[in-house]
Amino acid sequence: MLNRRRFLMSTAAAGAAGLTGLNLTPAFAEGAPQIQVFVPAAPGGGWDQTARTMDQVLRSEKLISGSQITNVGGAGGTVGLPQFISQWNGKGNSLMVAGMVMVGAIIANKAANNLTQVTPIARLTGEFEALVVPADSPFKTAADFVAALKADPTKVPVAGGSAGGSDHILFGLIAKTVGVPAPSLSYVPFAGGGEALSALLGNQVAAGISGFGEFSEQVKAGALRLLAISADKRQDGIDAPTLKEAGIDVELFNWRGVFAPPGVSDADKAAMIALVETMAKSDAWAAECKNRNWTPILLTGDDYAKFVTEDSARIEAILKDLGLA
Amino acid sequence: METLGHLAHGFAVAFSPTNLLWCLLGTTLGTAIGVLPGLGPALTIALLLPITYQVAPEASFILFAGIYYGAMYGGSTTSILLNTPGESATIVTALEGNKMARSGRGGAALATSAIGSFVAGTIGTLGVAFLAPVVVKFALAFGPAEYFSLMVLAFITVSAVLGSSSVRGLTSLFAGFVIGMIGVDLQTGQPRFTFGMTELLDGVDVIIAAVGLFAVGETLYMASRRYAGKDEIVPLRGSLYMTAAEWGRSWKAWLRGAAIGFPIGAMPAGGAEIPTFLSYAIEKKLSKHKEEFGTVGAIEGVAGPEAANNASAAGVLVPMLTLGLPTSATAAIMLSAFQSYGINPGPLLLTTQANLVWGLIASLFIANVILVILNLPLIGLWVRLLKIPAPQLYAGILVFATVGTYGISQSPIDLVILYLLGAAGFLMRRFDFPTAPVIIGMILGPLAETQFRRAMTISNGDWSVFYKHPLSLTLLTLAFIGLVGPHIWAFIEHRRRRGPEHVPGDA
Repeated sequence: MLNRRRFLMSTAAAGAAGLTGLNLTPAFAEGAPQIQVFVPAAPGGGWDQTARTMDQVLRSEKLISGSQITNVGGAGGTVGLPQFISQWNGKGNSLMVAGMVMVGAIIANKAANNLTQVTPIARLTGEFEALVVPADSPFKTAADFVAALKADPTKVPVAGGSAGGSDHILFGLIAKTVGVPAPSLSYVPFAGGGEALSALLGNQVAAGISGFGEFSEQVKAGALRLLAISADKRQDGIDAPTLKEAGIDVELFNWRGVFAPPGVSDADKAAMIALVETMAKSDAWAAECKNRNWTPILLTGDDYAKFVTEDSARIEAILKDLGLA
Repeated sequence: METLGHLAHGFAVAFSPTNLLWCLLGTTLGTAIGVLPGLGPALTIALLLPITYQVAPEASFILFAGIYYGAMYGGSTTSILLNTPGESATIVTALEGNKMARSGRGGAALATSAIGSFVAGTIGTLGVAFLAPVVVKFALAFGPAEYFSLMVLAFITVSAVLGSSSVRGLTSLFAGFVIGMIGVDLQTGQPRFTFGMTELLDGVDVIIAAVGLFAVGETLYMASRRYAGKDEIVPLRGSLYMTAAEWGRSWKAWLRGAAIGFPIGAMPAGGAEIPTFLSYAIEKKLSKHKEEFGTVGAIEGVAGPEAANNASAAGVLVPMLTLGLPTSATAAIMLSAFQSYGINPGPLLLTTQANLVWGLIASLFIANVILVILNLPLIGLWVRLLKIPAPQLYAGILVFATVGTYGISQSPIDLVILYLLGAAGFLMRRFDFPTAPVIIGMILGPLAETQFRRAMTISNGDWSVFYKHPLSLTLLTLAFIGLVGPHIWAFIEHRRRRGPEHVPGDA
């Protein structure tokens, strides 16, 4: 009796564990296709949220009947990428979510596979980065920050995300543009946005670089001062210049997009681009982007492929300068 | 007074029938996933994120908070009964809890952990409601230098689990350092000890190591001794719940555990493991029953760390609700749920979303009550697990450990690591090396290294940061006292006791 009850309990538990791999969503639109989305990261992060938001919008717009999301996390996506290339080859109804973080991880980890081996569909969103200082910092403008950096970069510790990630890359690009040698920079990597933020609020570091969304509420509350953002143009409701306006010729979006597997037919590729394009132009998508501080920067097909190649080259160069590649 | 008004309003939100139901669902689900190693609250909440498209914000946060607290309760059950920790914060619980279970006091261990969790969870939640602004100021004063000194203090706790031989204990500790170093180095982005394997770039999960060394190693050892030894498991000796003496030994440990857990949990890089280590060391030092530690199992060694673990879980909510700082994986996922409602968590959250925040805090109190009601009657059922004959029980543990490990990231490599570490655990057990220091080394080693290197980067290589910051100096002094204090004390005791009879020159 007891053994059977115990057995039933563990079976239920095993079932729960199995659920982590696939998340089936109910189908409710007739005739629309079912798609599969591969997320090379654990549930909860930016790529996973992109996939789940896409699923939500695609279903509410009746563009698909449902989607199946598979998470294979690890090492900036470089654990999942080889699986997507080998096991998902030729599956025309599949997409992988990836982005700039994966480009950096491929270079830094010297991974065997890269994004030229998959089929670019569309760049969807980007998050621009922000350069901030604690409220009582002597730096009032980006120019003050650059002046101090030029005077002695070792005296200006800057907090951000993990080494070789988008925050570190932006710091490297800023330094390169203003003529400060990359190896002399004092970059303090933190594992998560929260930890970097607490180092700033506790006045442990001189400045911080991270996604604008990480800092926006603290800036609103007056705990941090926003010096500049890395967007291409001034943003509504943000009272800070772009880096370019501040005299630092750098633009950077931590972009996210979708790729189809290798070996899909041209017809499947065209259909997938059309599907994603329709979604990205819907009001529901625009509303979700606004909620999540994502800037829609749609780019599809060959233009997207060209962009990925150029951005990879730029990132590889700066990672080499920083001694990480 | 203003806080009381807010809290009353929060209870009004939380006591609506639907929200109570969400709370019940969350706590039940949380207990279940806490029991299973690998499936933690962060992953569960992440998988439930799409629910935010369907229900009101209050309801989903009450559900998430229930899962979060429930997992803290459930994690200790398997630690105690099967030596298989479900969460990294319950690894220390396994040390004494499993010893107690084997000697027939599993019911008491489960009871002290459930009631201790309730007491500490309630104290911690009171702390969130009334002390949050004060605690957060203290927590932000901790920079890398202070964290490093805190780690040094935590290293003193290792001496509490070293076992009979320091050389063997330290060997285990250093093995833990090496395993902890596997993966990409956060400071430079370079891989270390990965042997070119992509799967190792993120390092070895501490849960897998604990399950491998404790549960699998133990199982292999038992299998090898099947016909030789008579290391029997006594299912139950004495009463099912705690005796009066056990109550007397538990309550102080609960309070001390809560006092350690809450502030450290509130620190952005404090975590849930360090307070459990510190609590264990303190309880071992203060206990009048030192001989029970590591032999038949001392109840203080379960009560303290369990309380610390739950109080730190409440502490984590302090920076999250007051500043919008996510300081644990679970908090980070909960914050992303705020975003899907278009709520930006930040310093203004308490004023702009008072309903939501106070409803959440009130539901934490309710979740605590539900959890203790849910868990106490279950103890009778759980304890009967130990009546299963040893071969079947140990086979079950192996299945359980394997399924749970695979559940962490569906990676076959994790299973290879699990069984390699299981084999290592078997050999360590066979040659009498303690396994707990390996886990402590794995957790503390990389943390100490990271904070040390951060402190040195910020200070530009100037060592004085460690003794010029008052907080850091205080912690280092405490660590020094912890290290040499007992020796000096023992020396004085020794002199005083033997002094009168053996005056120099008198012999």
